[in-house]
Amino acid sequence: MHQFLRLSRVLVRALIHAVPTVIGIVILDFFLLRLAPGDAADVMAGESGAATEETMAALRSRFGLDLPALDQLLAYLSNLAHFSLGYSPRYNMPVSDLILQRLPSSLGLMGISLVLALVIGIALGVVMATQAGRWPDRLLSVLALLFYSVPSFWIGLMLIVLFSVKLGWLPSGGAGSIGTDATGLAALLDQARYMLLPALSLSLFYVAIYARLARAAMLEVRSQDFIRTARAKGLSPAAVTLRHALRNALLPVTTIAGVHLGGLMGGAVVVETVYSWPGLGRLAYEAVMSRDFTVLLGVLLLSSVLVILANVVVDLLQAWLDPRIEAAS
Amino acid sequence: MAAVLDVRHLSIAFPRATPVPDLSFTIEEGETLALVGESGSGKSLTALALMRLLPRNARLGEASRILFSGRNIAQLPEPEMRRLRGRDMAMIFQEPMTSLNPVMTVGRQVAEVLELHEGLSRRAARKRATELLDLVRIPEAHRRLDAYPHQFSGGQRQRVMIAVAIAAHPRLLIADEPTTALDVTIQAQILELLDQLRRDLSMALLLITHDLGVVAQWADRVIALYAGHKVEEARPQLLFGTPAHPYTQGLLAASPRLRADYHYSDGPLIEIPGSIVSAVGEKGCPFAPRCPVARATCRTAMPPLLPQGDGHFVACPVTTLREAPHGHSVGL
Ligand SMILES: Nc1ncnc2c1ncn2[C@@H]1O[C@H](COP(=O)(O)OP(=O)(O)OP(=O)(O)O)[C@@H](O)[C@H]1O
Ligand code: SF4
Ligand SMILES: [Mg+2]
Repeated sequence: MHQFLRLSRVLVRALIHAVPTVIGIVILDFFLLRLAPGDAADVMAGESGAATEETMAALRSRFGLDLPALDQLLAYLSNLAHFSLGYSPRYNMPVSDLILQRLPSSLGLMGISLVLALVIGIALGVVMATQAGRWPDRLLSVLALLFYSVPSFWIGLMLIVLFSVKLGWLPSGGAGSIGTDATGLAALLDQARYMLLPALSLSLFYVAIYARLARAAMLEVRSQDFIRTARAKGLSPAAVTLRHALRNALLPVTTIAGVHLGGLMGGAVVVETVYSWPGLGRLAYEAVMSRDFTVLLGVLLLSSVLVILANVVVDLLQAWLDPRIEAAS
Repeated sequence: MAAVLDVRHLSIAFPRATPVPDLSFTIEEGETLALVGESGSGKSLTALALMRLLPRNARLGEASRILFSGRNIAQLPEPEMRRLRGRDMAMIFQEPMTSLNPVMTVGRQVAEVLELHEGLSRRAARKRATELLDLVRIPEAHRRLDAYPHQFSGGQRQRVMIAVAIAAHPRLLIADEPTTALDVTIQAQILELLDQLRRDLSMALLLITHDLGVVAQWADRVIALYAGHKVEEARPQLLFGTPAHPYTQGLLAASPRLRADYHYSDGPLIEIPGSIVSAVGEKGCPFAPRCPVARATCRTAMPPLLPQGDGHFVACPVTTLREAPHGHSVGL
């Protein structure tokens, strides 16, 4: 009961902070996008090859692109106040529909990647800490450094070369087999096969980060007095590590995991492009190329909401892990 | 009385130093043995060696024998040692603020020992944990079972540590400076609690401290440790009445609150001049570099620990000769 009250106080505080943050981000993004040369009308005209001044002007006035910047911003904000993300000139459909189409596959990819990164990273970190200074630790440290320094698109390409081209075990792109009407478990397995390589490419960088963090945190915790107490109780090394050390070591790891979520989304743009994964990242990329700023604004807005939500989750997780965290009332 | 613990030729070495070269002592059943000495004299290392919880880079000498209830545990394999720890021998530490796991409820930390060593179910362990917290006089124990350590005061945390330590009825409880971090009124309460539990549960207590006032009040026997050497051993009355070793005399002079008539405004605290570091590399008496009555002969060989009668042992030929019956008088 006490636990529940404490957690809900943390939640309310985090949500109150979120609203002004989101509004600030929208306004900032809006003006940043103004800095890019050209607009959607330019690109569409260029693609069609033959556009007159009149059709371009008509296009601009139809989507409000000819209004002064401030008016456009106000129009956009008023749209937002009515829970609308605007209309895409290029796709000729509401931005919210467009985003909703792409959201699930992106969320799936990022969620799986984050879970993979945390689970593998922390497990490796614990192993490294228990073997500190010996060869398994050294080997894993080198591996972590490698994953840390190699860009994710390169890892993605190499994974494709190995597992799709050479071994032929896994598909090289897409989000599901076309033309199969598998249902239930079979469909899930089919999706998992498509998800594995992109998720791995996206997560390896974070595996490296979390492994090094978890290793440092475990070594730090290991020298603390309560670990000596745990050993004096007669607990086995496994019980000391998992029951007493790990939960304390998770605190710094979850903090950093929250900080890195924004980066995970950035990485998703690259990985989704490499694997032609039909997600938000690729939508954002396409929106940039076609100067479809309404779409881009929508994607950016949604990303910031996601990052903020994820940070709320991290806050809750931390409050749950660390009973000393109390919401400042 | 039988010895719960019989330590012979205990030596503890690090790659660069040997803080405890050769230490022997016993603890009788139900007895409170105090280990006193300056900081760095090897008290904590000795305690950790008994629990076989020495730091990784420390080595227990091959000749070391630690007879616990008659069984040598100095070379006992780790899994068997784990069955003793927390069950037959338990330990509490100096820092109550950091010795409990901050993210685990106090009740779980007590119950954990009961589940491990007594084989209790989670529910039964929880019930027994409440009783134990009650026993160490945590007010409203049943309500505080689910609280975390940061919600307890220092004294209460040390009580929780005591509950953890006595949960499985150990035969030996090692308390390494259990009250040093607490303020004076709390100190007395904790020591009283320890003493009562020792009697009620018929445990032996190894009480490590550098507070001679604590020793005078609670110990049955005292060992003064200097640089890992036992330099004097006696009942407290004897040790405080007629301290024979210059080091013990120095310790006593530095503990003014042992003298009933002392008031802090009477004068500054006396300390033994010099530092324990000077003992490094001494072939003879380790105290020689700081000893006001040292002779040239003191530095040639380690003086043996000799009985003075009535359970009083001293490792200093110079001061004990002075009191010998036909002694040529040896001036101070
Ligand atoms: N991990 C270690 N590595 C090297 N030397 C150590 C280590 N731990 C302790 N020592 C040395 O062993 C000696 C005894 O240490 P110990 O902790 O037993 O002293 P103590 O009597 O408990 O002192 P205190 O009153 O400060 O707790 C010290 O001089 C210290 O320098
Ligand atoms: S043996 Fe010598 S140096 Fe050591 S305490 Fe006695 S008098 Fe001092
Ligand atoms: Mg100590």
